[in-house]
Amino acid sequence: MDTIYYLIQNMLPVAIPLLLVALGGMFSERSGVINIALEGIMLFGAFFGALFVYLVQDSSMGPQTILLLGMIVAAVSGIIYSLMLSFAAVTMKADQTITGTSLNMLIPAAILLFSKMYFNSDGITTSKSFYIRKMPVLGDIPIIGEMFFQKTYLTVLIGLLFLVAAVIIFYKTKFGLRLRACGEHPQAADSVGINVYVMRYAGVSLSGLLGGIGGFFYAVGVMDGNVNGHTGVAGFGFLALAVMIFGQWKPIRILFAALFFAFLRTLAYSVSLIPFLDNLGIDQTYYKMLPYVATMVVLAFTSKKSRAPKAEGIPYDKSQR
Amino acid sequence: MQDKKRVSQKNKYSIKNITKGSGFSAFSSALLAIALGLIFGFVIMLFANPGSAFKGFNYILTGGLSRFGNVLYFATPILMTGLAVGFAFRMGLFNIGASGQYTMGMFFALYVGFMWDLPTGIHWIVAILAGMLGGMIWGFIPGIFKALLNVNEVITSIMFNYIGMYFVDMWIRSNSTMYISTMSRTNYVPLSAQIPSLGVEGSNVNFGIIFAVILGIVLYIVLEKTTFGYELKATGFNKHAADYAGMKGKRNIVLTMIIAGGLAGLGGAFLILSPSGIAGSSMTYEPVNIIAANGFNGIAVALLGNSHPIGIIFSSFFISHIQRGGSLANLVGYKPEIIDVVIAVIIYFSAFAMIMNAALGRFIRKYITHKEVEVPVIEPDASEEIKKEAE
Repeated sequence: MDTIYYLIQNMLPVAIPLLLVALGGMFSERSGVINIALEGIMLFGAFFGALFVYLVQDSSMGPQTILLLGMIVAAVSGIIYSLMLSFAAVTMKADQTITGTSLNMLIPAAILLFSKMYFNSDGITTSKSFYIRKMPVLGDIPIIGEMFFQKTYLTVLIGLLFLVAAVIIFYKTKFGLRLRACGEHPQAADSVGINVYVMRYAGVSLSGLLGGIGGFFYAVGVMDGNVNGHTGVAGFGFLALAVMIFGQWKPIRILFAALFFAFLRTLAYSVSLIPFLDNLGIDQTYYKMLPYVATMVVLAFTSKKSRAPKAEGIPYDKSQR
Repeated sequence: MQDKKRVSQKNKYSIKNITKGSGFSAFSSALLAIALGLIFGFVIMLFANPGSAFKGFNYILTGGLSRFGNVLYFATPILMTGLAVGFAFRMGLFNIGASGQYTMGMFFALYVGFMWDLPTGIHWIVAILAGMLGGMIWGFIPGIFKALLNVNEVITSIMFNYIGMYFVDMWIRSNSTMYISTMSRTNYVPLSAQIPSLGVEGSNVNFGIIFAVILGIVLYIVLEKTTFGYELKATGFNKHAADYAGMKGKRNIVLTMIIAGGLAGLGGAFLILSPSGIAGSSMTYEPVNIIAANGFNGIAVALLGNSHPIGIIFSSFFISHIQRGGSLANLVGYKPEIIDVVIAVIIYFSAFAMIMNAALGRFIRKYITHKEVEVPVIEPDASEEIKKEAE
């Protein structure tokens, strides 16, 4: 039982960044823009969030207040960075994959450059701990309390709130419907008076918001508040893309996909703590590969009947209506 | 009358050709992207340290000239990964997995270099071929996933970048012949497995670059002069049309990815089998779980060269040149990462440089059509003159 508690407690802070970033990718792709830059957006948000934490960590603010403020900083910086993608992909009609790749390459280099020049290190190291040993009231609930509200981070709760918000925006608002229309048949959407460019900008910006927050939550929940230019976010942006595809571009399925991947990753990094797996004597590297291999297996089975948005990746050209 | 009409139509085509033709627009948009990238880099340098920005920028621009041998040497791997990306791109496949293929090729070359005992003359050749094989295997996987299971090659290659990197790092760390654990890097490759040096004083340049350039030319011939190349480009232009014309799309996808992988693998072999400046030593690899940067630089090289093999040869020289310059900028306090920033910005702009360029082209076209009104009949030969004017 302790092992299960341990796995769940460690899995959730990993699952939340994946969930948020995959939701971001969903908003972007359902509006018709392939967002391969999620990795870069995450790192950008993580960097500025961590920079904010670094600058205010000596003040008298409580850690959870700093976390919330850092989240806002990360969200804003994520949106700003995603504007570079939407400018190229929507306004300039550039190849979305290439643009995304360049944005992914830009940020690690810029972080290394900046950190080496100002901090003399490969990234930002903060000394603030956001860890919550036990949440008041909720943590006292038997079993569930120990699973979800002890030894965790505030990010988990915030992340679930974002999921609820995303579902409502996506399915229950006019905006969500219009967004989805732009990803399926932008010409038709345009013909009924929806501004496709604006909707696509909105979709990418939402992915920037969620991507930035996801990156910051990764830095908080997985890296203990640090950001490193070399390792970046360790391919989480790409894994989030896989999570999104596995979740078939639907929020609730994305939640389960994120939990699945987070479980595999947590398992990979806690092999030595689980006696059964430790006794097998398999090289730990195999476990580290597990999330990536699992992605491939999952995609191999799901891609044939993929429900990808029809117009994704195709720049919208009004004159071709 | 009919004749005149024909001429004017041909002329119309030729004007279109000037501004929309691949040669003109590719070259000028590459220059546009490079200029914007360098300006961006300069602005960053100004922000970071205004005092020595000019000096540092000067190093970036001209620093490589004094080390031309090393420019060629470091151009070798990115030329190969650039070809790997560019070749697949002609077919409409985005081979972001050049990193993994490169790493795999490097490992295969290392393995043959260390573990096989072959006569001096053949050893390095076999090691290079092994590298090619390694890359081919790692290129085959995304190809087969794409062809049979319809999995997007971008996701597959990214995943296999990680899988390949973890595999190679594990294999190297567990092999005591290859790996020196105290220095956390690989051993020097045995002399017989090293590619012969070109003997340029003060640089590591070796035969690898010559092979790489030859391969670039061979690829050009394959693309432009063979049926396979034609099918490949046709598929890249319009997949459905190519299918309809009876081209074997699936077979071509797998074949393209195998070739692309082989090219990237050769890049890894060329890099790791290179002798370095100190006699007897060679390049080494540190298994630190980081995806090889040369694969991603290959994307920059390929885009800058407009996925044209000859263009890629020159763009790899250019990227390598500013990389050398960037490491010299360290002398005035700038970190070499500034070049990675510049390269990323160049790719960003080259993704839509064609469109910016088209605007420029429209302007030129307007200018020419305006002139046309004054001189209604233009001889067919005049198209050459217009071309010169436009440039």
